[in-house]
Amino acid sequence: MLIINDLSVRFTAAGQEGWAVKGLSLSVGQGETVALVGESGSGKSVTALTILRLLETVSPVENRGQVLFNGQDLLTLDEPGMRAIRGNRIAMVFQEPMTSLNPVYPVGSQLLEPLLLHQGMGPVEAQREAIRLLDRCGIQEAERRFHHFPHQLSGGQRQRVMLAMALACRPDLLIADEPTTALDVTVQAQILRLIREIQVETGMALLLITHDLVMVRKIARQVSIMRRGEIVESGPTEEIFRSPQVAYTKELLASMPNGERQGNTIGETVLSANNMVVEFKEKTSFFGRRGRVTRAVDRVSIDIRHGTTYGIVGESGSGKSTLGLALLRLITATGEIRYLGRDLSRCPAKDLRHVRRDLQIVFQDPFSSLSPRQTIGQIVSEGLWVHEPGMGREEVAARVAQGLLEVGLSPEMTSRYPHEFSGGQRQRIAIARAIVLKPKLLVLDEPTSALDMTVQAQIISLLRDLQAKHQMTYLFISHDLRVIRALADDLAVMHRGSIVEQGRAATIFAAPQHPYTKALLAAAFTSPGSLAEAVDQG
Amino acid sequence: MAAVSLTRRRWRRFRANRRGLVSLAIFLAIFVVTLCAELVSNDKPFLVIYQGHVYFPVLRSYPETTFGGDFDTETDYRDPYIVDRLSSGGNAMFRPLNPHGFDSINQALDQPVPSPPSRHNLLGTDDRGRDVLARLIYGFRLSILFGLALTTIGTLLGIVSGAVMGYFGGRTDLLCQRFIEVWGSMPELYLLIIFSSIFTPSVTLLLILLSLFGWIGLSDYVRAEFLKGRNLDYVTAARALGVGNITIMVRHLLPNGMTPVITFLPFRMSGAIVALTSLDFLGLGVPPPAPSLGELLAQGKGNIDAWWLSLSSFVVLVGTLMLLIFIGEALREAFDPRKQ
Repeated sequence: MLIINDLSVRFTAAGQEGWAVKGLSLSVGQGETVALVGESGSGKSVTALTILRLLETVSPVENRGQVLFNGQDLLTLDEPGMRAIRGNRIAMVFQEPMTSLNPVYPVGSQLLEPLLLHQGMGPVEAQREAIRLLDRCGIQEAERRFHHFPHQLSGGQRQRVMLAMALACRPDLLIADEPTTALDVTVQAQILRLIREIQVETGMALLLITHDLVMVRKIARQVSIMRRGEIVESGPTEEIFRSPQVAYTKELLASMPNGERQGNTIGETVLSANNMVVEFKEKTSFFGRRGRVTRAVDRVSIDIRHGTTYGIVGESGSGKSTLGLALLRLITATGEIRYLGRDLSRCPAKDLRHVRRDLQIVFQDPFSSLSPRQTIGQIVSEGLWVHEPGMGREEVAARVAQGLLEVGLSPEMTSRYPHEFSGGQRQRIAIARAIVLKPKLLVLDEPTSALDMTVQAQIISLLRDLQAKHQMTYLFISHDLRVIRALADDLAVMHRGSIVEQGRAATIFAAPQHPYTKALLAAAFTSPGSLAEAVDQG
Repeated sequence: MAAVSLTRRRWRRFRANRRGLVSLAIFLAIFVVTLCAELVSNDKPFLVIYQGHVYFPVLRSYPETTFGGDFDTETDYRDPYIVDRLSSGGNAMFRPLNPHGFDSINQALDQPVPSPPSRHNLLGTDDRGRDVLARLIYGFRLSILFGLALTTIGTLLGIVSGAVMGYFGGRTDLLCQRFIEVWGSMPELYLLIIFSSIFTPSVTLLLILLSLFGWIGLSDYVRAEFLKGRNLDYVTAARALGVGNITIMVRHLLPNGMTPVITFLPFRMSGAIVALTSLDFLGLGVPPPAPSLGELLAQGKGNIDAWWLSLSSFVVLVGTLMLLIFIGEALREAFDPRKQ
């Protein structure tokens, strides 16, 4: 149905060189699911946008090759012809459900648009069809939701609306560009299942663009691996996963966090928290009436042992990051925090500053966690100036250099600014800033989720090495159960602010007790191809 | 990926804007020249050689007896008798390019004041017989210096108050905001009129009064930047390192919150100059005989047919403001984070 022959794309704007996509060939047949896998910057989204010719409206591009859709070359088609195909025969779902719906219109009226435009339905008929679509895409109370605004829906619901919009004209081909990356694992599974069901129902072809190998294995029969604008390997999914031929594919597959940590069961308590509560008050009125109180962390008690990794897992909004900040007293909380027997929760701010050198944190987003106006040297040395006031300039420089070496960076980088580094390098810098003080406990708040797969694997092995070398204790916060399984000795599962299950990681992974933990594990570790088969048979 | 510092890239972007660069060059040139106004436009010579001795009348005052006159008072270097003594024999007197001070009255005029441009007064005289060019040179200097001082004070106050409100937030922010609302609703012009009738008006008094109100607008922008920045991860990271509040504000938040400050600088500056000019125009500004563009404009209004008064002061004022606006545009472009 869709055949791409030797497609090359180049941005022609000044200062841009090289081909974003080089000689790409691909074909998707009716009812087939083909996955295009690659890391950020590999040209997979450019390919998708080129198929719909959406790129040239944004920036000047040069295309070569052919994109045949039902025998028609889309690259040479004129704009009115393209418009008849876009949204009608080929539909697209984007990654970010937060920004791809217009916030000032109710979702229903946005859904009507393709129906009125392409299907030539009347307003009444279109509304009935739109409600049916919402219902089909798993939106409960579709009639009521029809009049809701995007901000009244959750991320998963918005992605369902996007899907309903894409499916409105019963397209022959759906291009899904990272359709579930922004969603929680349990929601991800639901959306994928839904797409699969609709595919079976309508015979729609699916071109899935993603960096998530787990998802590919679950849903796609064919896969193409992309790197730097070229397809390095393609073939049936199972074959590639079983015996990858190209070095890059092997590296990519090896970077999937695998295996289980041999649980460390000894070690005495470093940091413990008892009955922690973090509350956010919603706006109180001027006359003293109390607003609603949200409990982000609800009566949580944990016990972190020396030299181990304590994993906290949960979906977005479960309060896991808030807990991390509260343990370091970076936000106000009630409850007892004990660090080496000392009560931190009642520690005055002045003494707390001395304790801070032992308790460090690394954040998720390496782009917002480094000040853009400071050099790497300034960033890494800041803690030393605070906690080692007697240290001379040269000694500080030596410690900074040593810290950078430990995270695998060259000490010559100290005079550069953060914007000159890639995401993975920035995360290394953030780790260097934390470990230069030789902390006892390091809180890692989703340190790898903003990074590409292969970079993620590098950072995880770096963290492992550092822990082994310095006997550091980690509190590892993540939504990714695979990463947690690879790293954690102890585990706490958080859901809506409270811990639903906690204990030795190995025990929980082997035999989860709580229904929520079971659902999480099922969503994350479904066996290969299970989803496709389950739906095919059902 | 060249390691070019942010400052250097900004300077490069600033230079890329030809109009801004030329404006900056012209502005700086004029400003430097007027800073040495005493050497450029003065009724005293800057160098006198009399009977083998060297005198600097601009820097020191000499009694007339020094040069063979009769009085113990300061020499009047335009007195024909003194001029004759100083330029005959081996003696010499070197006058500035424009031999008039801002408050020296040309007694030798053969026309009623205000007199039109002539060989002696290049831009004519005002209604008291003072040289217009001299008053423009001194008036420009006073305006720019006043603008710089007012901008500096207002910016500092604005940054400090905005930083405190934005960083600490909560109750501090609430109280300061209410104070600003009350303070900002006071009638500024009215207060100025009252104060200038109680105290003798002076440049310092004007500076203090205008500074009291000048910081409010900027503090809102800085507050917003700090509010935005204080929850960013790098600030939390600094707090986790145990860095103190003031250090965080100065080293982490301020550099990232400077964009509105720097963008507004030239516009605040032109605003300050316009404020001084309008107060002078209304007669509420600097006291006579201080040289002022606004006072000259008012004279032009009083003597409509003396075109050289209104035209010259208008051109200087508009020229200054335009240069500042162009510089401001170039600055804003240089600091625009969207440009690479």
